Amino acid sequence: MKNDTVNQHSRTWVAMMVLVVGVLAIVFGIALSISVGAANIHLSTVWEAIVHYNSNQTEHAIIRDLRLPRALADVLVGASFAVAGAIMQGMTRNPLADAGLLGLNAGSALMVAVCFAFLPGLSYNSLILFSFLGAAVAAGLVYGISSLARGGLTPVRLVLAGAAVSALLTALSEGIAIHFQLSQELAFWYAGGVAGVKWSQLKVMTPWLVIALVGALLLSRSITLLSLGDEVATGLGQKTVLVKMVGTIIVLLLAGVSVSAVGPIGFVGLVVPHFARFFVGVDYRWIIPCSAVIGGGFMIIADIGARMINPPYETPIGVLFALIGVPFFLYVSRKGRREIS
Amino acid sequence: MIVTENLDIAYDQTLIVKQLNVEIPPHKITALVGANGSGKSTILKTMARLMKPKSGHVLLDGKAIHRLKTKEVAKQLAILPQNPTAPEGMTVIDLVTYGRFPHQRGFGSLTQKDKEVILWAIEATGMEEFAYRPVDQLSGGQRQRAWIAMALAQETPILFLDEPTTFLDMAHQLEVLNLLEELHEKEQRTIVMVVHDLNHASRYAHHMIAIKKGTVVKAGTPMEVMQPDIIEEVFGIQCDIIQDPRTGLPLCLPYAISRSQKEPVIV
Ligand SMILES: Nc1ncnc2c1ncn2[C@@H]1O[C@H](COP(=O)(O)OP(=O)(O)OP(=O)(O)O)[C@@H](O)[C@H]1O
Ligand SMILES: [Mg+2]
Repeated sequence: MKNDTVNQHSRTWVAMMVLVVGVLAIVFGIALSISVGAANIHLSTVWEAIVHYNSNQTEHAIIRDLRLPRALADVLVGASFAVAGAIMQGMTRNPLADAGLLGLNAGSALMVAVCFAFLPGLSYNSLILFSFLGAAVAAGLVYGISSLARGGLTPVRLVLAGAAVSALLTALSEGIAIHFQLSQELAFWYAGGVAGVKWSQLKVMTPWLVIALVGALLLSRSITLLSLGDEVATGLGQKTVLVKMVGTIIVLLLAGVSVSAVGPIGFVGLVVPHFARFFVGVDYRWIIPCSAVIGGGFMIIADIGARMINPPYETPIGVLFALIGVPFFLYVSRKGRREIS
Repeated sequence: MIVTENLDIAYDQTLIVKQLNVEIPPHKITALVGANGSGKSTILKTMARLMKPKSGHVLLDGKAIHRLKTKEVAKQLAILPQNPTAPEGMTVIDLVTYGRFPHQRGFGSLTQKDKEVILWAIEATGMEEFAYRPVDQLSGGQRQRAWIAMALAQETPILFLDEPTTFLDMAHQLEVLNLLEELHEKEQRTIVMVVHDLNHASRYAHHMIAIKKGTVVKAGTPMEVMQPDIIEEVFGIQCDIIQDPRTGLPLCLPYAISRSQKEPVIV
């Protein structure tokens, strides 16, 4: 029992390492992401553009207006999807929970398509609100359908209902896109595009996401308790209903705002928390910050990959993630089969 | 002291417990006994405010427990539910550490006192050698003891345990029961446990409550509850009650299933 403190320290140490390495990877990723693209820009020019910006130089303009917001959006959105997934997995005690899988992303995407079709010229502020509402409605639908069934809410039912609702909502958005001839506008956005993010959008979404991420950190300890089960958590003096409500709002914000900016990017939220758990164990005080950093890093690197696979064309980032995510998903569902069914 | 007043408890619309009035005597060990599905766990969870009753009250020292701050209740009362599951990969020591939650503030760093209690709980349940093993990779009995250690780490004057001895071998059953007896004797803790072994109830409990279909058939000392007619009514078995030669307490020796209780055999 003497190595008690030692063990505690070693886990803290691993978590710190993950955070430091992750942040370094993000910084490196941002630099790389700015210099790589249809027009390659030298790193020294990148530095120059940041330190002494010269609006007459096209390269500086590309960096400032296109590449920098894109890189920042990658990090922010990657972190948000990952943290949303981590919270959902902890709250529902379901290793397969994820904003994409449970229909939240599809709900947001449908609302955005509806806004494009019926309310063109809507401000980005309002679009975010609609996107948030879309996520909330989808969450309500999935939750309602799976708890209506006899025997109540089980992880499998939740995922099945999520898949069904996702399919329905996605079909609806596609229908709207075809009927209103929005395919051009929406097509890339659906497959998950960070390419179009502008400063004006970034300014609106950043405060929301930062608030939600900080909220997630503050909630992290309560989520660990919830992961012991509702009964045990209540027995230990946790206000489970309150925690779940706050947690749900945070998840809806993270997913809704992110989808409104970059479209429904799946699998980040599913995969990243499992990586984080692999390194730092079961404590959400570490899982959440590490998911944020790994998710941000993952996303920016995937986005660089998306631009390098087939230049000058950009491979949709959602496709890249599905490529990594699907095998991982199968692995997790096999490993956890006994608890899941 | 815990008292229930006209408790009705339901899952959705099905009423499971009707007009329950029980008293849990303070500083004693109480055993809840009854057949599978009779409502023992439901009653235990409601008395520990994990479930809301449909109507009626549970009073803890005269105050309605469902209106008290849940964290304050958690300092008074620890409950081990029937089938808790830990997240994959959570170690025993992690789990026991969460037992200190009601005593912590903010982000929860451990004080010296917390650490001492955690180590004591692990030792008291004989879990030293498994402290760093993931709970989900332990045997059923080891896992049960890990959860008991968590409840002990909560350090509450009242302890509720739902079938603390299931999965345990005979030596570990006695070990857990002896530990509970010791907690009662040394620290005058109030303990309520659900047990299926009537002879354990008789040997360790001062007070027994026999439940059938959500109502109390008989409450009293083991001597009063361990009667052949009561046991036949509650469990549907016929038994002889003899005196334990060592302790003088009643022992139940079942010999037959009551006619009306027999399931029809389909060949
Ligand atoms: N979550 C639930 N939803 C609906 N009905 C339930 C639920 N939990 C228990 N019940 C029903 O309530 C009744 C009492 O269940 P309870 O778990 O309290 O029994 P118990 O006495 O603890 O049984 P056991 O000895 O098997 O643990 C049973 O008929 C059971 O089917
Ligand atoms: Mg039970």
